[in-house]
Amino acid sequence: MFTPEMLESIKKVEATREERMKHEPARMTAEEKDTLLKAYHPDYRTDGFDEIKIGPNKGQKAPKELADLIHSNSRLIADNVDLSKVDYDVDVLVIGGGGAGSSAAIEAHEAGANVMIVTKLRIGDANTMMAEGGIQAADKENDSPVQHYLDAFGGGHFAARPELLRRLVMEAPDAIHWLNKLGVMFDKDTEGNMVTTHGGGTSRKRMHACKDYSGAEIMRNLRDEVINRNIPVVEFTSAVELIKDDKGQVSGAVLLNMETGDYLVAKAKTVVIATGGAGRLHYQNFPTSNHYGATADGLILGYRAGAPLLYQDTIQYHPTGVAYPSQIFGALVTEKVRSLGAMLVNVDGEAFMHPLETRDVSAASIIRECSDRNKGVETPLGTGVWLDTPMIEILGGEGTIEKRIPAMLRMYLNYDIDMRKQPILIYPTLHYQNGGLEIGGDGFTKTIPNLLVAGEAVGGIHGRNRLMGNSLLDIIVFGRNAGKAAAAKAKETTLGSMTLEHINEYAQELKDAGIENEGVSPLLLPKYARHER
Amino acid sequence: MENMVNVYFFGKKYSVPAALTIMTAMEYAGYTLKRGCGCRHGFCGACATIYRIKGKNELKTCLACQKQVEEGMYVASIPFFPTDKRTYSIEEIKPTQQIMMELYPEIYSCIGCNACTNACTQNLNVMQYIAYAQRGEFEKCAEESFDCVACGCCTVRCPAGISHPMVGLLARRLTGKYIAPETAHLEKRVEEIRQGAYDQLIEQIMQKPITEMQELYNTREIEK
Repeated sequence: MFTPEMLESIKKVEATREERMKHEPARMTAEEKDTLLKAYHPDYRTDGFDEIKIGPNKGQKAPKELADLIHSNSRLIADNVDLSKVDYDVDVLVIGGGGAGSSAAIEAHEAGANVMIVTKLRIGDANTMMAEGGIQAADKENDSPVQHYLDAFGGGHFAARPELLRRLVMEAPDAIHWLNKLGVMFDKDTEGNMVTTHGGGTSRKRMHACKDYSGAEIMRNLRDEVINRNIPVVEFTSAVELIKDDKGQVSGAVLLNMETGDYLVAKAKTVVIATGGAGRLHYQNFPTSNHYGATADGLILGYRAGAPLLYQDTIQYHPTGVAYPSQIFGALVTEKVRSLGAMLVNVDGEAFMHPLETRDVSAASIIRECSDRNKGVETPLGTGVWLDTPMIEILGGEGTIEKRIPAMLRMYLNYDIDMRKQPILIYPTLHYQNGGLEIGGDGFTKTIPNLLVAGEAVGGIHGRNRLMGNSLLDIIVFGRNAGKAAAAKAKETTLGSMTLEHINEYAQELKDAGIENEGVSPLLLPKYARHER
Repeated sequence: MENMVNVYFFGKKYSVPAALTIMTAMEYAGYTLKRGCGCRHGFCGACATIYRIKGKNELKTCLACQKQVEEGMYVASIPFFPTDKRTYSIEEIKPTQQIMMELYPEIYSCIGCNACTNACTQNLNVMQYIAYAQRGEFEKCAEESFDCVACGCCTVRCPAGISHPMVGLLARRLTGKYIAPETAHLEKRVEEIRQGAYDQLIEQIMQKPITEMQELYNTREIEK
């Protein structure tokens, strides 16, 4: 269902295909990448950021929408909650029911802790479920955790925290092993070898996948395991504030029943924040590949309780979000499409870059193509460039798309676009929060001794850009670690008297900084309802 | 003026832009979704929906996030359905035909009406994968059910009370854990790391100055 102008451009893409496929496009030099990023990556657009006015990261910048939430008020300033009435009393409270939270809960349970999950939607309503392309681990003969470290460190602009990155790469093979033993169906050949591909910026083919339902396959196994273990999962219930105690520890969280509006008190010896990302804040008006609940709630909870952020000013825009049709605008087109051979091609049928540069470089390059170079294809909602998907069938043989990326095929066929025969139109989409709450190598925040963070809510694992397949990996590695560490810490933690005094102190800080913000945070759900007449 | 269509949410009429999906049309109409909205991109199954076009008899199923609105669409969402999941220990069960009999005996009550397949929002051959499960052919069941998002539309329509997504899930876990071949290179690497084979090397690279890391990174050999 392409427009006549698009069909004209497709003719050019088809005309150049045979010649293009004879040559691998050149990779950019380090200098070229640097210049490109500074000129075109959204992280460098100063008007997209504001200064944080209070708290541990005072004076640093954050995306405007996040800074707004940081400067907003707690719900509990207006509403009183009686902390003496405890509704749940556990060893380990996991906030968030995605891949990191579920992994943490399973490991805490395995360690014998009394653990519960609270989640504002359903367990599994998370970015994990939507991860398509795969999960990295250096488990092949020509690869090593050290090589994986180098790829991730360089891809993240040498900003990753070494102690976190070390854990990520060293525990990666065991993470795959653990998932496989849970029952995750990885793509394997008949001998049992993992079928692995490249991702942008990898130097070895270490992307393990479950077709293009990699995250879904992982998430549904984790969810099933949580339920089989009878771990309590309280759904449609948000954490709206952490509760502290008089010793500077956390002692649980105030919860909000999303449906009735009632508050509940959960008391816990250790708390794991596993609330995921922030795509639904739509930084710089980008569409997003993220799930409905990705509103940075955990960052707000942690920050208000005194835990610092790290790299909150760096965001990943996935180079290939859907640019057309509008019904699926911003949805993820997995990087695996490029791993399988599809080139990025402009309106004139030219391959303007190597398809497997890192995500930040690819996104910046596409933005340049569509802006200053004026080589984008017009769409009803903006512009885009082609992802030449028919190449996959030529390279891998007929049927490759259906076998390896069935979700992509289905998504486009819904709108009468057959990606096996015609290329698809893509443009960068807001995909991942590189930054988040700062933790040490053991998974704990540095300021609150019994508060842990896992998954996308963590900052520093990847540095200032993340490679494909390292996020599914990090939720498993750091989720499992958080669960084990939280269970152990709970045994040695004695709570003092519960208090929400930090909420009042935060409110005072806002006042002292002269901030009068009407807003309330955490946001919990994006405001999509239209109430205009 | 945008091209508008009339749709009915829970029987109430709204005029919405024709280009929207059911989900974005509900938001256009003023709904703040809590239940019935998850990933918004067709992977999580939160937004199972049934609809009927005014004047037509056929009842259809879809995911609200993936389906474009049509004129005269009567829409009801199914934000929750009491799917019947049985609990088990994945370590203790084995991939024998017996296990389906024990955990999901109702699959043998399938009357072959094919309502499940007709209801599938992913166009899977649901009745076929249930047939595979009946016969203990878990690998085939796993493959056939692999793209299931567990929206539950099949289960809603089943006269035998089968919770199809749960049956597929069990078959997939059995396949992934017990039936698919073991991965020798993975076992080997896990053991090497456990033995400390990379401890020194990783320490070394962690200590290297940034300039040396830049050099290493920019000149690293990339596997073809």
